[in-house]
Amino acid sequence: MRLLYKEILAKDQSTRILKFILEAKDIALKAKPGQFVVLMVKKEGERIPLTIVEALPQEGTIILIAQEVGLTTKLLAQMKVGESLYALVGPLGNPTPIKNYGRVILVGGGVGIAELYPVAKALKKADNHITLILGARTKEVLILEAELKVLASDFYITTDDGSYKRKGVVTDVLKELLEDSSGVYNFIYAVGPVPMMLAVSQITKNYNLPTVVSLNSLMVDGTGMCGCCRLTIGGRTRFVCIDGPDFDAHSVNWQELINRNRMYVEKEKEICKLYEKTTS
Amino acid sequence: MKKQPVKVKEKDVYARVKNFEEVVEGFSEQEAQEEASRCLQCKDPRCISGCPVGINIKKFISQITQKDYLGAYLTIREKNDFPSICGRVCPAEYQCRKSCVLTKKDALFASPEAIQIHFLERFIGDYGLKNNLWQKIPLRKDTLLNQKKVAVVGSGPAGLACAGELARQGIKVVVFEGLHQVGGVLRYGIPEFRLPRIVLDKEIEIIKNLGVEIHTNIIIGRTKLLEELFKEGYSAVFLGLGAGTPSFLNISGENLCNIYSANEFLTRLNLMGSGYFPQYHTPLNIGKKIVVIGGGNTAMDAARSALRLQYINGLKGEVAIAYRRTEEEMPARRLEIEHAKEEGIKFEFLIKPQEFLGDKSGKVKKIRFLRCRLGEPDSSGRPRPEVIPGSLFERDCDLAIIAIGLSANRILTQVTPQIKVDKYGDIVVDPDTMQTSFKGVFAGGDIVGGEGTVIEAMGMAKKASQAIREYLSRL
Repeated sequence: MRLLYKEILAKDQSTRILKFILEAKDIALKAKPGQFVVLMVKKEGERIPLTIVEALPQEGTIILIAQEVGLTTKLLAQMKVGESLYALVGPLGNPTPIKNYGRVILVGGGVGIAELYPVAKALKKADNHITLILGARTKEVLILEAELKVLASDFYITTDDGSYKRKGVVTDVLKELLEDSSGVYNFIYAVGPVPMMLAVSQITKNYNLPTVVSLNSLMVDGTGMCGCCRLTIGGRTRFVCIDGPDFDAHSVNWQELINRNRMYVEKEKEICKLYEKTTS
Repeated sequence: MKKQPVKVKEKDVYARVKNFEEVVEGFSEQEAQEEASRCLQCKDPRCISGCPVGINIKKFISQITQKDYLGAYLTIREKNDFPSICGRVCPAEYQCRKSCVLTKKDALFASPEAIQIHFLERFIGDYGLKNNLWQKIPLRKDTLLNQKKVAVVGSGPAGLACAGELARQGIKVVVFEGLHQVGGVLRYGIPEFRLPRIVLDKEIEIIKNLGVEIHTNIIIGRTKLLEELFKEGYSAVFLGLGAGTPSFLNISGENLCNIYSANEFLTRLNLMGSGYFPQYHTPLNIGKKIVVIGGGNTAMDAARSALRLQYINGLKGEVAIAYRRTEEEMPARRLEIEHAKEEGIKFEFLIKPQEFLGDKSGKVKKIRFLRCRLGEPDSSGRPRPEVIPGSLFERDCDLAIIAIGLSANRILTQVTPQIKVDKYGDIVVDPDTMQTSFKGVFAGGDIVGGEGTVIEAMGMAKKASQAIREYLSRL
């Protein structure tokens, strides 16, 4: 639970994305791509899920990457090397099924690129032909470009504002690739902001392409005990924490996910404002 | 003339709904004396057979009348490790008090005249906590066993009881808890107004004082596999996993915003401290018109907690409980039903939710119900609620809590196929030893046979601890 290393991977005026290396011997031994941890920074804090970006069993450490969004990620970013989390538990969720699918397209947006990284590495190891499409709001907040580039046979980057590589969104590229040669791809995996995953899902549905997304619903315990993360998937209620986090994109009730993820927006604003007041 | 039952003191209803302080204040010494003196000391006491762990009730009540409180404490502790907890949460009106000779024949639950055994147990339990009487419990250390190590998975009632029992015999026990705090359902489920945290903390402290180590944030089945525990040198394992996963109604609109499982609502409040937001960071929404669906203790706990949150947040208290049968069939403790009524919670019986309706932003705003009537008994022995055709009606509701039960959490059993489970995912055990199909692995509590009471879980744990002891001595 001890923080061994911290690095700011990217930042601009509005946000920062940080990398954390944490001591977590037991978790590092078990973690597989696609799995996550639940952590608490402080005793009075929230429990939040974060994807395990890398597990180093020999070192007994795990790597997490988080963007400062809510209070908990801000508090996490404030932690000093040598300090310990209040709680850290995992690995949770089901690993992403890794096999040789053939030609795969991996789509990552924003901090979701960090979650894509372990899956991309594992799929590469399983001899898949990998096309990567990464998207960021702007150049400054694009992460893991070099790490991912070496895994990809075809590599695309988009930025919303055109500050780097292609101006536009990841689905612009995806659409073109599929229009040109949809029959060539066997599997799509996407992780990022919900609107991005939804857009990916809508496109690949037209081509009937197997598409898996890693969902980021709100959680409390992360072990199937509360049902906070539940969603209608394929017409029935599933728990993202124990049934997921990966699901068939075409079966997800996206509007429900969007709504449920906004359930505490007001409270989050209130607490962040309070926090800024006390720290400034 | 027959003596009247001693009325236990309770906090004033207008004051108590604005906080989470304990409602029942318990007996004073004099009140305990008076109530104990009502016991007829039957030659053939039936109350004992009504207790799931067989506490010698007649004896401890007699000891109270002789002011031998240490004796009474030791009598209870022979069978029950947590009298202060059970004295507060046991559904005594279905158990010991129902069997009391003063209960009217064929009554569904204890008559008011029945001795208030639970309050006497609580009096003694609290007396024991205050005076550190646990130190007087004879240890039965067995030198042959003190080299052995046992792992207990889960720190709820079953896990803690099993750990305590084994530790008292000199066996090294390590408890693994998945959450960041100890106590299982006693911590995340039962609200403070029924079980103050100081009582729970003290009971856990006692267990630790016996040498039990408790490791939080470890999920057996994820962080470590069951098989690995044996490799690490544990000779036996007890699984007190609990009934982990909340059930839902499987009706339309159930995943709208502001519809909670009771587990989530209570976990946010009890474990995460949402009542103290923003000092505590976990949010919890509160509605103006709250509907709780279900008729068990969890439904009562959720409803009464929600009502308190409404008052604390300056809202009018408006919480309704919707149950598909009638008050008589409600599985909740009678005391909780009474308290809920006193506090102003409305009860609507014989109605069954059909559909949740939401607003544009996906928040629940109405529930459609169907009216029911009672039919022939179903597999539970209770009359089956039958829907009355054409009885659909709507109720406004901006927050709903679903408290219709739990099913097994399969995290551990899914990765441990050697453990046989039934069709509900509950672990199958030998009822005499609580041993599972995995050699050296025992289980008890809600993960065996589904949802039960705290005392039943402890009873199973006690039985398992004896079997574990025998198992270890054969190794």
